[in-house]
Formats: sequence, C-alpha cells, structure tokens
Amino acid sequence: MRLYAAVLVRGFRRYATYRTATLAGVFTNTVFGFVIAYTYIALWRVRPHLGGYDLGQAVTFVWLGQAMLMTTALFGGFEAELIDRIRSGDVATDLYRPADLQLWWLARDIGRAGFHLLGRGVLPMAAGGLFFPLVWPASPGVWAAFLLAVALGVVISFALRYLVALAAFWLLDGTGIVLLASLAAIFFSGMLLPLTVFPGALGVLARALPWSALLQVPADVYLGRDTGARLASALGFQAVWAVVLLGAGRLVQSAATRRVVVQGG
Amino acid sequence: MGTQALIRFEDVEKVFQVRRKAGRLRRERHEVRAVDGISFEVPRGEMVGYIGPNGAGKSTSVKMLTGILMPSAGRVTVAGIDPSRERLRLARRIGVVFGQRTTLWWDLPLRDSYELVRRMYRVPDARYRANLDRCVELLDLADLLDVPVRQLSLGQRMRGDIAAALLPDPEVLYLDEPTIGLDVISKAKVRDFLREVNAEHGTTVLLTTHDLTDIEQLCRRVMVIDHGRLVYDGGLAGLHAIGDSERVLVVDFDRELPPVEVDGVRSVRVEGPRQWLRFPASASAAPLVARLAARYPLVDLSVREPAIEDVIGRMCAGSQGL
Repeated sequence: MRLYAAVLVRGFRRYATYRTATLAGVFTNTVFGFVIAYTYIALWRVRPHLGGYDLGQAVTFVWLGQAMLMTTALFGGFEAELIDRIRSGDVATDLYRPADLQLWWLARDIGRAGFHLLGRGVLPMAAGGLFFPLVWPASPGVWAAFLLAVALGVVISFALRYLVALAAFWLLDGTGIVLLASLAAIFFSGMLLPLTVFPGALGVLARALPWSALLQVPADVYLGRDTGARLASALGFQAVWAVVLLGAGRLVQSAATRRVVVQGG
Repeated sequence: MGTQALIRFEDVEKVFQVRRKAGRLRRERHEVRAVDGISFEVPRGEMVGYIGPNGAGKSTSVKMLTGILMPSAGRVTVAGIDPSRERLRLARRIGVVFGQRTTLWWDLPLRDSYELVRRMYRVPDARYRANLDRCVELLDLADLLDVPVRQLSLGQRMRGDIAAALLPDPEVLYLDEPTIGLDVISKAKVRDFLREVNAEHGTTVLLTTHDLTDIEQLCRRVMVIDHGRLVYDGGLAGLHAIGDSERVLVVDFDRELPPVEVDGVRSVRVEGPRQWLRFPASASAAPLVARLAARYPLVDLSVREPAIEDVIGRMCAGSQGL
C-alpha cells in the first residue's frame, strides 16, 4: 500500500510542476464560468426554478462544474497515455513489474485529481464567488459530505476511463472510444445542463448512469439538496458504481493480460 | 538440483496466429513460428550474448523469460519459477531494460522513479542507499538525480534506466539493446558498469544487441538465433570456425604484379602493387607469409580479422535453406 501512496504523491507532484499551465487553465475555467453563468442566468430568468434550482443554485452549479471539470476529468486524462503504451507495446514493461496495473494508475489519477481540485478547483470557484452571489455550504458536515462525493466521483471517473483505455487491447486505435466517452461524460455528468432539467425517461436514465456521479451528485450534495437518507442514498449510489466499475476493470484487465501473455497481443 | 542453471529453455516454441489480408474481405490465418524449438541453459553468474538478425525471435524469447508471453510448447524456467505462471513472483528477482522503452517517470526527477522502484521491490533502506550510491558513481548520475527525465539525453536516460533495473539487486538481468543510440563514451560507461555488476554480484546477464562490440567486450558465450532456431551456442572464438570465416592478408609488393598464386590463399582484389588475399581464419598466417616472401618482392603486409557481423551474417544466410 505504501507503494501506491508514493505513486499518488508523484501523481500530484507531476502536475504541480507545470505552474504556468495551471494558471492558464484557471483563467480558461474562469472565462467559461462567466460565459455559462450568464447563459444560465438568461435561462433561469425565463424559466425560474428550472430543474428545481433557484437562480443562486443554478449559478453555483455552473461554478462547481468549472471547479470539477478537471478534478473528475470530464475531458479525459491518463487514458491517452495508457492507450499509447498499449499500442506501442510499452505496456509490456508495466506487466513485468511487481505492481498492479489498475492500482498503479488509480493512485496516479487520485494524485492528479487532488492537485486539480486545489489548483484548478479552488481558484475558479473563488473568482466566481467574487462576481456572483454563490451558495456556500452551511455546515462543515456538508463540506465533508461534498468532499466524499467528489472523491467517489474521482474514483468512478477513473474506473470508467480505465475501461476505455483497456479497450485499446482489442481496438488498437482508441481515438473513437475516447471521444465517445468524453462526450458521454460531458453530457451525462450534468456539465451542459443539470440532469434534473431533463424530463421523463431521459432524465431517469441520465441520473442512473455512472457519469452523474462526476458532477450532478457532488453538486447536489454541495447545494444541500441531499441530506439525511437522501444523502446516504446519493453516496451509496456512487459507492456501488465505484465498486462495479473497478471490478469490471479488473475483469477486463485480466482478460487483456491473458490475451497479451497467451496470444502475444 | 544438480546443475546451477538459472535460466532453462527446454524445446521452447512460440507460434503466433497472424491474420493476413487475402481479398477484399477475406482474411487468411497463418502461423508464424517466432521461436521454433530452442533449448539452452544459462548457469548463475554467466554473461551471455543473445544475438541474431531482426525478427529472429530474440525479443519473443526475452518476453517468455519475463513471463509476458507464454510458450506455445516446451518449458521455460527462471530461478526455478515458471515465468508466465508466476510473473509477479519472478518480477521481484529479475531486472529488465528495453533500450527503446523507459520505465522512468517522464515528468519527474530521476530520484522519484528510484524512490518508486524502492517501494515496488521493497528494497531495504541500507541496501537501497548502497546500491544507489554505486549506480550513481559508476554510471555518473550524480548531476542527473534531480533532473526531470524528459530533460535527459538518450544516453543519460539509458543509464538511468539501467540503474533503475539494478537497484533491487536482481539475480537475472535482461538487457535488450542497452547501448542503442548511445555515443562511444556512454557505451563504454555502460559496458564497464555491467562488467562490474556481473563480477561483483554474480548477476546473470542475458544481453540482446545489434552492437557486436557489446558482445565482444562483455560475453564469453554467445547464442546466435535465426528463424526461431538456435544456430550457434558457444564461445566467441568458435563462431569464426563455424561460420567458415576467412581472414584477409593485405600485401604490398614493390611493383604491380598479376594476382599471386600460392597454396592456401586466393587473391580477391588487386590495386596497383597492393593485393588482398583471403585465407581460412583457422589457418596460421606465418607459413603463408613465409611462402609469399620466398616467391614475391614483399614490402609490407597486414592481417585483417573477419568482422563478427560478417560471420553471423553468413551463418544466418546459410541457415535459411534449412
């Protein structure tokens, strides 16, 4: 376990070395935050209480989205690198090391997410808070629940993208599936519009898919919409998806390893 | 176990199924026998060269040794372990360097990658420090430890990779093209280091390379593999005898002469007063020179040894008909 803790720390540090890139990213997040916030304001003026949010909650949702965009890696992250390693055969060098491939990349990605939460999350949120009347959690308990929801969101995001990356063992070209996964993440996480806005079957489906754990669930926890039993079921929903997807990743990983070891890729 | 064989190949085969385009939609399956019945043993502490042309089956063999590939037939044993069955248990005891691939962490200083190696292989602290010091000294890494790997030159990175493989004190070290792309000085440094590690720790080394100087300087034993078969296994000197190689006597006469006619040599080239004469590598040069000097106005001469590349090239070309 100490190995993976060390990997996690390096995953964090790896991103911390690129300070200019981080600042540029914060700037981009902030600009997008403004653009989307004004769009939402226009929308909520016409349709107040759309999706059950008041205007303040809707604008807060926008800035939460900007703050979590990188943390739960809605645009993707490590999978491009892993796919490259699979395609070039470098993944072979990962297989003869006495470390578990999935845990290794998970530790790396949690380290990365930790950095992005601080580096790309806090500043845009603060900038949003300066110019818009944002909702802030009332109690430390809500903050704690929110951070837990974010952590579970990070694990689910990793597990989904790990499956996407492993597909490269069979597809060889991962571009298509990465793009598809990224589109799904942006739409079904609630990044475009809160999932509560979608009516009927689409809304039910969107809220049941794992991507909702990447933004919608943590945002609702933050906004204090989920408390008590609803909070427990929201976190439970995330935990179940995390376990299911990590487990699926393990199965696919052993199939992929067998494929490489027995057939030679 | 009576023998000290650390690596053992017993009639090992590896067959790949390859699909080939045979029409607009039709695909034909056919078999590629990358390794076709290879047997050998490497005793503990030996340094062996494993060479052959591209596509001969070298990398496939190394992959079977590390457990990344499972043999289609036959048995591979390394340190008493079946690699493909217990890959992770074996992983703690072997070091692998693929010259064209790095295991170092690209964005972080070299030191961080080593720190991860320490945890991954659970190297005891004192051991780790001693090994790191030795690697730093012999591979000249002192100024590089705090440099991010992406900023290292190829030679520096390669030295970094070799150190990473040796930090956990592996019993067996597989090197795949460890000097590829390195300049003369870096190559010499790497070779000195490997020689030292082998002598001091008795590390068994299997070296795959295209640079035959690596082999000539490091290995007493060479295995030549071609088309998935072992075509030679023995000393470096024996390669010449087996490969029918010839040495060349370059002679200068005091004037232009027609091609010389002396038993045991044949003139292959004439350029003014200079002639190139081939003779079997196994024959002694002295009596030939005496015979030449007796019949011709000899001014100067030199003997050229056959290049090992040529010997192996000839050996592999010859085995193609098999």
